[in-house]
Amino acid sequence: MIFHTILIIALVLLLAAILFNLYRVIKGPSSADRVQALDSVGINLIASIAVYSVLLHTHAFFDLILLIGILSFIGTVAFARFMERGAVIERKR
Amino acid sequence: MIPFYAFIFLPFIFAIIVPFLYKYLNRQVHTGWFVLLVPLSIFLYFLQYIPSVAAGETYMYTLPWIPTLEINLTSYLDGLGLMFGLLISGVGALVILYSIFYMSKEREALHNFYVYLLMFMGAMLGVVFSDHLLVFYGFWELTSVSSFLLISYWYERRSSRQGALKAMLITVFGGFAMLAGFIMLILMADTYSIRELIANLNLLQNHELFLPAMLCVLVGAFTKSAQFPFSIWLPDAMEAPTPVSSYLHSATMVKAGIYLVARMTPIFGGSSVWFWLVAGVGLITLLYGSLTALRQTDLKALLAYSTISQLGLIMCLLGVGSLAVYFGSGEEGTVFTVATFAALFHLFNHSTFKGSLFMVVGIIDHETGRRDIRFLGGLMHVMPVTFTIALVGGLSMAGLPPFNGFLSKEMFFGAVNEVAHAGIFGLSSLGVLFPIIAWVASIFTFVYCMIFIFKTFGGNFRPEKLTREVHEAPLGMLIPPLVLGLLVILIFFFPNLLGKAILIPALSAVLPMMDVAPYDLKISAWHGLNLELLMTVGVIGFGWLLFKTAKRWITSLRGFPKGFMLSHWFDRGIEETEKLSGSLTNRYMTGSLRHYLIYIFSFFVLLLLGSLLGLHGLHFDFSQDAPIGFFETGLAVAMILAALTVLLAGNRIVAIVALGAMGYMISMFFVIFRAPDLALTQMVVETVTTVLFLLCFYHLPKLKKNIERISFKLTNVIISLAMGVTVSLLALAANGHKLFEPITSFFENAYELAGAKNIVNAILVDFRGFDTMLEISVLTIAGLGVYLLVHQRAKRRESNETE
Repeated sequence: MIFHTILIIALVLLLAAILFNLYRVIKGPSSADRVQALDSVGINLIASIAVYSVLLHTHAFFDLILLIGILSFIGTVAFARFMERGAVIERKR
Repeated sequence: MIPFYAFIFLPFIFAIIVPFLYKYLNRQVHTGWFVLLVPLSIFLYFLQYIPSVAAGETYMYTLPWIPTLEINLTSYLDGLGLMFGLLISGVGALVILYSIFYMSKEREALHNFYVYLLMFMGAMLGVVFSDHLLVFYGFWELTSVSSFLLISYWYERRSSRQGALKAMLITVFGGFAMLAGFIMLILMADTYSIRELIANLNLLQNHELFLPAMLCVLVGAFTKSAQFPFSIWLPDAMEAPTPVSSYLHSATMVKAGIYLVARMTPIFGGSSVWFWLVAGVGLITLLYGSLTALRQTDLKALLAYSTISQLGLIMCLLGVGSLAVYFGSGEEGTVFTVATFAALFHLFNHSTFKGSLFMVVGIIDHETGRRDIRFLGGLMHVMPVTFTIALVGGLSMAGLPPFNGFLSKEMFFGAVNEVAHAGIFGLSSLGVLFPIIAWVASIFTFVYCMIFIFKTFGGNFRPEKLTREVHEAPLGMLIPPLVLGLLVILIFFFPNLLGKAILIPALSAVLPMMDVAPYDLKISAWHGLNLELLMTVGVIGFGWLLFKTAKRWITSLRGFPKGFMLSHWFDRGIEETEKLSGSLTNRYMTGSLRHYLIYIFSFFVLLLLGSLLGLHGLHFDFSQDAPIGFFETGLAVAMILAALTVLLAGNRIVAIVALGAMGYMISMFFVIFRAPDLALTQMVVETVTTVLFLLCFYHLPKLKKNIERISFKLTNVIISLAMGVTVSLLALAANGHKLFEPITSFFENAYELAGAKNIVNAILVDFRGFDTMLEISVLTIAGLGVYLLVHQRAKRRESNETE
């Protein structure tokens, strides 16, 4: 029972983290802040899915955890390249 | 014996052969000689029916066409059909003979001309012999189409094309109205056959559709027969070659409406609306046509208006004759039967003299190069034969003895005089108008006939105004009008021969319920000194006086303001309609996607929300809903925040980032609602989409890259809010109502049925694999499309550079 309560508290904290990150996404001020915040949302999602899986007693979502890890990395890299060079995929010269 | 319906198709079959004959034999022989065989053989064939039809026999043949829909080519031959058949084939043969000399072998596209003419002839025969209403309509439209083709025969002329278009618009309008009327008739009596309609009369007459059907059929008849106010197409149709004018626009096609009225008389006759419309419109047309004919200086236009006026006369007589149906077979009924008889008689007479007059005009046009009476004159000595024919035809049209027009005009006066005494349908007060208008119109008729004859052939010969060396027409051109002119005189002297052989059987087809002894219908040239004769004398007296003083008043008639002409209003109406529809279309088809989206969404909202509220479909039932947890609430709040950010973002990067955040949140929702496969896919797709958005963003033109926020538009806000509210309400209302158990329990057996532990995947590839296959092809197509778009664009750029 205590374990369950701890999990719930963890979820609440993670949700709060997502909302605060979202505040950063909205507020800015620079694009880098926003992308950083989005990356952070992804990581928070990984954590909350993990906690949620424990709550639900299932391992169906473990693939998703790995996937978000990869994708939020790819997404962040894409944004970074875009902001740095103006394009996501550059042509070979 | 060959059944007679074969002869309806003979012209069509021959029309296929004509172009070959033209191509291979035109050098040696004028194509018209071959075509002449067709109407000649039809005419000779129909001649042999005269005795048996006169004895009261009728023939019927049925050729199955679409038997499952009960649509068959039912041909029915009775007196009326035979009379029209003889007219069509007889005048047709003469017109083709005439056209052989009128149409040049070297200069004209004869194959076109004869194909159209044969098409018309077949269609017209089809009209008069069809017993099936829909087949009748088919042939009717075919006459409109072939008439359109014939009027625009010289298609390089602007006026020909315009005349053809006008004729097409008006007659097809009438044809559609007639079709509507026919369909109502079919609905009422549940039969397609005209004969069965007549047999089921009592079923029709008390039906509520009786009157609409009558009006629709009458519109069809009036447009085809150029009755007021639909007469405006006929004068413009005079742009056709003269043989066509002579054949279509005097003898046959314009009588199709008359035929229709005559055919429908047993059904609709006897009602007051029918009488007033047919007789009244006929009378108005008679007056209008004869008055307007006086204004014309072009001979063909004069004849066109005279045709309109004579058609009005026939129509009026048919209307008066329909009173016979009301009275039934008594003494009074017999009096009005004579009116119908007169209508048929005049119909026959009109075909003879008007056909010959048109041919005369064609000869004058052909030999002098002019057909305007202001340039013509004194042709009497140069063209004596033509003059004689014109005199015979003209005096017959004016209603003078010893020509057949005299007989039918006397009978016409007799009929309208009887109407004044009829005493039904409000005729006791208004009936006196009939003889007065008829008499006045006859005076005008007399005057324009005199103008036609004496302005053309009388007076001084002025060769300097004519474009050609004037001489008498070749013999071949004179034979057809001579034959018709001879008929005009022969019918005067032996009217009862024609009456017994053709007209009385035709009459018994128009008024099948009347049993009239033939001695009642004897036509006599002299029947004592009565009112009719006095009226004719008056017509001649006043007419001659008016003709002599024509110089004084006719100019004022010609200077009639344009605003009073129907044709002017028709042209204006067409123009205005085009302008109006153009401006209307331009107003709503703006080319702006935003406007179209507004239409689509507002239509959606109005329809759905309107029906939801109007049909009281909004019931909410939340009892089955699951409790809402804090985590979902938090996520929903986060999503709303992200969505608002997309809307209010200052630049597009923010919008893209916020959209990505929202996609992540959705996949979290899939987790909460226990859909791991969906969450996985959503995640990947979201990432790819974000990357794609970034790609697109990079390619935006520099100028527009810095657009700040979405501009505020009130209509957009209202529509988007309404859309959201509608969909939300619909979803909420639909959620509470489960009418049936869902079929998910079936899919729970996925392991036993498909050997799969993952139900979602089992559904995707096993239970409903078909959808998946098509989704795959959608993705393939999208991929190929993207590849092609990118590749083609690059290619084009390269080719532009090399240029």
